[in-house]
Parts: sequence; C-alpha cells; structure tokens
Amino acid sequence: MNLSKKLIASIVIGSMMGVAQAQAPAAPAAPAEVKIGIVSFLSGPGAAPFGVPARNTAEMLADAFNNAKAPAPYNVKGFGGMPVKLVVIDEAGSPTNVVTEYRNLVQRDKVDIVIGYVSSGNCLAVAPIAEELKTLTLMYDCGSPRLFEESPKKYVFRAVNHATADSVGAALYIKAIKPTAKTYSGLNQNYAFGQDSWSDFQGAVKMVLPQLQEKTSQMPKLFAGQYSAEISSLLESKSDVIHSSIWGGDMEAFILQAGPRGLFKQSSVILTGGEVSMFRLGTKIPEGTIIGARGPYGVYAPKSALNDWYRSNVIDRYNAPPNLAAYQMAHTIMATKLAFEKALAANGGNKPSSDQIADAMRGMTYEGPGGVHKFNLSNGHQATAEMVYGRVKHVNGQIQLVDQKRFTPDQVMPPDGVKAADWMASKKQ
Amino acid sequence: MSNLLIVLIDGINYAAWLFISAVGLTLIYGVMRVLNVAHASFYSFGCYVAVTLAGYWFSHNYPPHLSFFALFGASFIAGFAIGWILERFLLRYQYAKDEVVILLITYAVFLILDDVLKLIWGVDPYYASDPYELLGTFNIGDMTYPNYYLLMIGSAIVLSLGLTYMLKKTRFGKLLVSVIHDREISSAMGINVGRFFSLTFSFGCALAAIAGGITTPTISVVPGLGVDVIVLSFAVVVTGGLGSLPGTALAAIIMGVVRSFCVHYVPQLELFVIFSVMALVLVFRPRGLFSLAEARKI
Repeated sequence: MNLSKKLIASIVIGSMMGVAQAQAPAAPAAPAEVKIGIVSFLSGPGAAPFGVPARNTAEMLADAFNNAKAPAPYNVKGFGGMPVKLVVIDEAGSPTNVVTEYRNLVQRDKVDIVIGYVSSGNCLAVAPIAEELKTLTLMYDCGSPRLFEESPKKYVFRAVNHATADSVGAALYIKAIKPTAKTYSGLNQNYAFGQDSWSDFQGAVKMVLPQLQEKTSQMPKLFAGQYSAEISSLLESKSDVIHSSIWGGDMEAFILQAGPRGLFKQSSVILTGGEVSMFRLGTKIPEGTIIGARGPYGVYAPKSALNDWYRSNVIDRYNAPPNLAAYQMAHTIMATKLAFEKALAANGGNKPSSDQIADAMRGMTYEGPGGVHKFNLSNGHQATAEMVYGRVKHVNGQIQLVDQKRFTPDQVMPPDGVKAADWMASKKQ
Repeated sequence: MSNLLIVLIDGINYAAWLFISAVGLTLIYGVMRVLNVAHASFYSFGCYVAVTLAGYWFSHNYPPHLSFFALFGASFIAGFAIGWILERFLLRYQYAKDEVVILLITYAVFLILDDVLKLIWGVDPYYASDPYELLGTFNIGDMTYPNYYLLMIGSAIVLSLGLTYMLKKTRFGKLLVSVIHDREISSAMGINVGRFFSLTFSFGCALAAIAGGITTPTISVVPGLGVDVIVLSFAVVVTGGLGSLPGTALAAIIMGVVRSFCVHYVPQLELFVIFSVMALVLVFRPRGLFSLAEARKI
C-alpha cells in the first residue's frame, strides 16, 4: 500500500516537473561558431618557409577576431559575432592522402570552410572534391594558374595572385633595371611547380624581352641539396639573368653554395620566392639578388595602419616578421571574414551557407595588410594584386631591398577569361 | 680542356659526397646483412649536431679552423652513441629474424628518429656556412671553386683508405672479415660476434652522421633531408654490390661523373641518370659491380 502511494506520488510529481520543464523558456542555445579547416605543411621541408608561418598567422588572426582586437573593417567579433574555431591539419603526404584528409575535415569534423594548400598538386587534387562536397575552399598559397583554367569552380577561390605574376613581374623588372640583358638561364626544381615556373618565365621573356636568348635550364630534383655541377654550368653559361623559383632549404643551399663562387656577381639572379628566407639568411644573400614575394607582401607590403597592426602582432607573438606565406594566409582569412559577414547580413543575421558566402566573395574587393586585392579573374574567383620586385643591398650588416618596382595587377596577371600561357603567347613580338 | 676538367671536378666532388654518404650503409650490410634504412636519420642527426655546434663555435669565437674537428667529431660521437643504443636495446634481439623484417624495423626506427629530430630542433631550417667559406677558393680558368670541396674529396679518400687498411691489415679487421664470411664458425673460434656486431653497427651509424657533419656547411639543414640521402646511398650500394667497399667507391665515381656530364650537356636527363646507371649495371651484373663471394654451406 505504501509502495503504491509512493509510486503514484512519484508519477504525479514527475509529470508536473515534466510539464513545468516543457513550459519553461528554453535555455539560450550555444552561439553558432564558424569552424575553419586550416591545411598547411606542418612537417617536411615546406613547413618552415610556408606552412608554419601561415599556420601561425591563422592562429593569431583567429584569436584577434574572437577577442575583437583587429582594426576596422575586421573589428567585428569572430566572424559576424560568431566565434571562429580552427581545425589545423598537416598537408604532408601524397595528394591521395591530402584528399582523404580534406574529406575528413568536411564530413567528420564538419568544418564550414577550408583554407589551405601550399602545393599546387594538392590544390588541383582537392578542388574537384570541394566542388563535389559543396564546401567553400580557399587556396592560400598554391600558385598553379590551372586551378581555374581547366574548369570553372563554384566553391573554390584564391584570394591572392597566382604564379604567373612571379614570372611576368620578374621579366618586367629585368626590362626596367637591366634593359641591355641578352641571355638568361634557369635553375628550377624538377617537379610541377618548378617546371611551370620555368615555362612561365620563358613565356614572360618572349612577351616582355624577346631579345633575350636562353642558354641553359638546370632542373635538379626536389631537395637535391647539392648544386655544384649546376652552379658550374650556370657560371659557364655567363648568362646576364638567372631565373629560379627554388624554395626552402634548396634555395638556401643554392645561395650558400653559389655565393662564394661568384655566380651572383656574374649574373642577375632572380629568386621569385626569395622573400621567405630573406630574414633568416640575412647578408648571406649576395648584393644584387632580385627578390620576389608573389605580391606586395613582407617588406613589400604598403604602409597602412592594418599592415602595421598585422606585422606588430605577428612579431610580438612569434618573434619573427611575417613572410609571404603568412601574408597570403592573412589575406585569405581576411577575405573570408568579409565575405562571411556580407553573406550573414544578406541572410538576415543567420549563419550563411557555402553558396551564400561564395556569392558574397565572387568579384569582391578587399583590403588586407598587403593592400587592395580584387577577385576579378576566373568569374570572380581569382584575386589579383600588384607585384613587386627589388634588389638586395647590404646596409650595416642588414639587408635592404632597393630599386623596388611595383607593377599593376593587369601588368602581371592575364585578362579575365584568358589562360596565362595564351596571354603570354599572344603578346609575343 | 678546362671545360672537361670542370665537368670531372664536379663529378668527383659529387662522387665523394655519394661515397661518404653511402659507406656506412655498405659497411653495416657487409658485416651484419642489415639494410639500415635508419641510415637516413643518422645522416640527419649528424647535420643537426654539426649545425648546432657550428653555431655555438662561431658565436663564441673559438679558433675557426678547429671547427672542422669539432663538427666532424661531434657528429661521429653522436652517431656512434645513438647507433650503439639502438643495437644494444633493439636490433640485438632481431638478428634471428628474416632480413626483410629487420629492414622494416630499421624503417620504423627511421620514422621515429625523424620525429625525434623535429621534437628537438623543430621544423626551422638551420645553416652554418662559415666552415664552407673559411677555406677560401681556387680557380680553374675563370671558374671559382671553394676549397671545401677538396676537403670533402680528401675525406672520402681518407675514409676509403682507412677502412680498407682497417679491414685488411689490422687484427680487428681480419676478425671482422671472418665474421663476415661465417658468423657461426667465427663464434665457435672464440670471436665475440655480438660485440663485433655492436661495434660495426655503431661505427656504420657514426659514418652516416659524419657524412651529415661534412655536408652541413654546404646546405640548409631541414627536416626530411635524409630521405634523399638514403635513396641515393641505396642506389650506390646496390650498384657497387651490397657490402663491397671498392664497389661502393667505384659506383659513386661512375654515378658522380655521369651525372656531372648530364648536368653540363643534357640537363633534362639529370633526374634519371643515377637510377639509369643502377639499372644498366644490374642488367649485366644483378648483384652489383663487386658482389661479395659467398661460401656455399652444405
């Protein structure tokens, strides 16, 4: 009897509590967050020059956005008030592995946006999967112009120049500072990026400096480390200009080995990605070396409050100035934030979909620490920016980049709808 | 004529580097029949130890010319010590297993050690080019060469002669040769085969590390730099005949010189040339140029 009474009482009280709970106002839902997958080389030879500085910048900016510490127009907390959460993974591995990891990011980790990829091979492999999974994906560093040339994309964007700017800018710079040059040679790594860079430079030379004669093209394998014979061959060629898209430890080894042999005195050596190692090598980079950064990045960044804020924050946090890879990441994240907030406003304050962010980003103009960039190529998916080159000068044990020349975006990037190679070929004289 | 001389010097220089890089691998295989994939990590260890010490040495203004002894010595000691630990606490218990299993174990060690390197030194590149520039340059015609390459060539010659002398003339070497030919009989004759294995493995690892130490002043030390070295070393050792010292030297010279001709005259083929030489040699001599004769046990 007692047991029955207790049971009935429990049911009644439980029912009342259930009703009360149902009638109580719902607890406020956790604020929606924006999950961004960051993919970059965190191990292997690409980590130090590209992957890690870019990852560092991504983390610094995410913290600054979440704490509303960034200057206008990036001063809205998080992304439109929603906190940003980064999921950082390593790009190392084969393209197959990278594609698998991309799928994991989207399908398992449920990221809203992916920003990443240094390797052109990886970005070309990931792009079709991004389209398949309808996930907004921004390539922050990879330079292949083929990304949008082979097929139009809906969800893939690139917020910075592609690699054609390196080569055309280099040829324009040679024309400006060494118009009497007659011969050129190359030293590029024997893989997709090295071959494409050399091919682009050959095209750019035919377009801008048709009088230049090619002497030799050295293509050592990636991470060869030993360049004695290649340097001898370049010295023998007595070329006025030497083009090199070599990067990372390979570039540093080349500089260390070629410097004492006088190659940099004999020829004007262009290091299209030389900026990434500039601060570490310092005066080991011989005077006269021509340094590129695929855009107005690093020491080439224009003076602005935004650039001052960005540089000082990176230096404070990591004790090293941001290099070109860091700037490219900064630009990519900032462009994404602006497009997200634009899409958010258009969506009545509700979290926008990939389609809505893509619509907002397409054709957008934005300003980052490297100045104004416009998504004006490839149906508004490929941004362009000015290109800068300069020459190394040693001043009081430090290096400075003198004779800087700035080229407008339409001087170094092909017109909309025209393939880079076709553009250079069409301008042959 | 001077052009040909330049090609030959480039070739010999590269051959010296190949030989120094590969000799530890062939020594270990020759004595122990262990194909040590972790050779790549020991090379990297040598590089990192050398670059760290060089930074310390030159920042403290110690006598510059003594830096060579310090760099090479430190690399050697580091390689020897880690090799000894590896043999003593891991490989010693695996000798009864199949050669392929041991190869996989050394591959696992390579992966682990590469991560250990990243744990200690991070992913930033380091360089220490002071020793490279310290020795000055020499000229052939209007071509300038750093004298450091002569040091590298000299080191390869000294290593080659020293190892040959050790194997052929010293008591230790003669006992080692008997171990190479027959472990069981050597053991039955009272030779402590285990100790010889331990010393050989440690010494082979030390040679890999010293190769890294010698190379360091010419390169930027970055994660993963040993991968290419193990591939090239393997190609040299297989072409020369696994375990053969003169074979390794000859294969290195052939590959170095052929590669140099390619770089100078047909640079498009440089990527394939070393492996083409290996394939060509193996077509005619499947066990390499100087394969070791093996006594057939009945």
